[in-house]
Amino acid sequence: MSVRIYVPGDSAACSVGADEVAAMITELAAAGGATVEVIRNGSRGMLWLEPFVEVQTPAGRVGYGPVAPGDVASLIDAGLLEGRDHALGHGLVEEIGWLDRQHRVSFARVGLADPLDLDEYRKMGGLAGLRRAVDTPVEEVVGDILASGLRGRGGAGFPAGIKWRTVLEAEAEQKYLCCNADEGDSGTFADRMLMEGDPFTLLEGMAIAGVTVGASLGLIYVRSEYPAAIRTLRTAVDIARVDGWLGADVMGSGRPFDVRVVEGAGSYVCGEETAMLESLEGKRGMVRPKPPIPALQGLFGKPTLVHNVLTLSAVPAILADGAAAYQGLGVDRSRGTQVFQLAGNIARGGIVELAFGVSLRELVEDFGGGTRSGRPVRAVQVGGPLGAYLPESALDVSMDYEALLAADSMLGHGGVVVFDDTVDMAAQARFAMEFCAVESCGKCTPCRIGSTRGVEVIDKITAGVDRARNLVLLEELCETMTDGSLCAMGGLTPLPVRSAVTHFGEDFHRPVNGGRRQ
Amino acid sequence: MTRQAPGTRAPADVLAAVPLEERLILPCLQRIQNSFGYVTDDSVDAVAGFLNVSRAEVIGVLTYYHDLRRTPPPAVAVAVCVAEACQAQGSRSLIHDIEVDFRVAVGEQSASAPIEFAKTYCLGNCALGPAVMVNGRLVGRCDIGRVRAAVAAAQESIR
Repeated sequence: MSVRIYVPGDSAACSVGADEVAAMITELAAAGGATVEVIRNGSRGMLWLEPFVEVQTPAGRVGYGPVAPGDVASLIDAGLLEGRDHALGHGLVEEIGWLDRQHRVSFARVGLADPLDLDEYRKMGGLAGLRRAVDTPVEEVVGDILASGLRGRGGAGFPAGIKWRTVLEAEAEQKYLCCNADEGDSGTFADRMLMEGDPFTLLEGMAIAGVTVGASLGLIYVRSEYPAAIRTLRTAVDIARVDGWLGADVMGSGRPFDVRVVEGAGSYVCGEETAMLESLEGKRGMVRPKPPIPALQGLFGKPTLVHNVLTLSAVPAILADGAAAYQGLGVDRSRGTQVFQLAGNIARGGIVELAFGVSLRELVEDFGGGTRSGRPVRAVQVGGPLGAYLPESALDVSMDYEALLAADSMLGHGGVVVFDDTVDMAAQARFAMEFCAVESCGKCTPCRIGSTRGVEVIDKITAGVDRARNLVLLEELCETMTDGSLCAMGGLTPLPVRSAVTHFGEDFHRPVNGGRRQ
Repeated sequence: MTRQAPGTRAPADVLAAVPLEERLILPCLQRIQNSFGYVTDDSVDAVAGFLNVSRAEVIGVLTYYHDLRRTPPPAVAVAVCVAEACQAQGSRSLIHDIEVDFRVAVGEQSASAPIEFAKTYCLGNCALGPAVMVNGRLVGRCDIGRVRAAVAAAQESIR
């Protein structure tokens, strides 16, 4: 009898040897006379355990990790194929507390099967949402999205249903759906893991949105740093077309919706929706002023529904299980679940999907297990490179849109990056300005010039040149960038800078020859 | 990121094969680069002529995107993540080690060298950093030893 073994094919797992582990298992099992079927699944999101090997047993799936190629022989000797105990063993995967305590909606299927196995996708409840969407009047579908309370997961948090209604009511011969998969924020990787680990959920969400608002073409703009995601998505699109739920006649509804996967070319600001539209038109990724809003004049001037990967990936569950179930999760105006990504110097990094309202401390300490280095947590950056650095004392903040705003922070794309007490916060503030200078599209002056001036001013402060005056200057510069920039790039770069000055002021006042600076 | 040997086709042949929906400046330049490894000077004219736009518009797009290059690519391209999550995991000291070990500056263009170390901002491997990408292959939990091994493997595979 063939034993079913799962070894993730996710890029992160492969970056620490999953391909070699899979090859070694096949080789050594065959040498021992056993027949094994190695399935390359998506990652469960427990990235510190990657490569995480699972074996199907009568009792359920048993997990082992992190498995190095050199561990495979001893695992097989110990009875890996029967799911027996081993020093790397974690028992039944369903019973691992880190996973069990999560509430997975968008990531419900990631890591369970071969991401491109459409039969498995159906067995796990896939396509039920699209079926309902094509059988339901479009106004009712939009009503469901409104009622679910779903807000944009790309960072802005705009209510998704309002966008859908705007595009639905816009009259045009051609409308578009653009999926923003230009996941450039450091500390975020949920889009990538979903595209690699469960591409059909994203495509199903897009198909639901497309047939509902009347957009016949969907474009997924994927950053070039994600070659595996691009390959997986393109194959998934082909499979869905053959199966009849993408193309000229979606599920026999008579309505067309097709998807094209477009590769970016290296530009952080192309994650901003209007810059992404410019890039999709083949131009420089320069931010457009708003209005007009993309929902009315977007790609090639046509009404365009723009959503992040995670927003669209929440849609199939909302349609399949009902808006009320999704709306029932979360707190205040933050409804449903958020896919948090634990990253940086963290003992147990990975994907934690939970209802809104969990505290940052629970994420960092309970799930994350503190720093990987074992040193005290000093700062946590929430929401990507444009997000605030919070001190240890602020970790009790609730992780929802409004509570984070009230704490002079923001949710962004849900990234959580942990730093230990060796971090130099003046260097981090300088990096925020430097990053903005490198990636600014150059359209507006506060961002283009302000970021370069910001680097210079911070250099003067750390060099001990006229510190008091230059700190005032830095604050004025931050104010100008915040108030005067066209988009979030220049407008939010001051957030990490100001938070570093506010919470970690001592790092800007160190003796010049004292600490190590880079 | 597939690369063919240069000189097998002319820019015009590459452009003629571009499907209708991709007849825009950026996708045309990406196809040129996929075919020749970089955007040659004569391709700039070819793209401008093909799309009936000015050379300035083509060069504007060409110089905007980090991925597009006007010089031949190195045999081994190493992209080193320098963003926050990798900084928290020691990328600053990794960069220092790379610069000492390979005697090149990370992030500075050296067109003729067989190995190029470019800075990149996030490879989406933020829980397993520091991350580098070597000829399209992602490597996590990097120290100088793992970078050396990945570079050696890349050199071996193109030999």
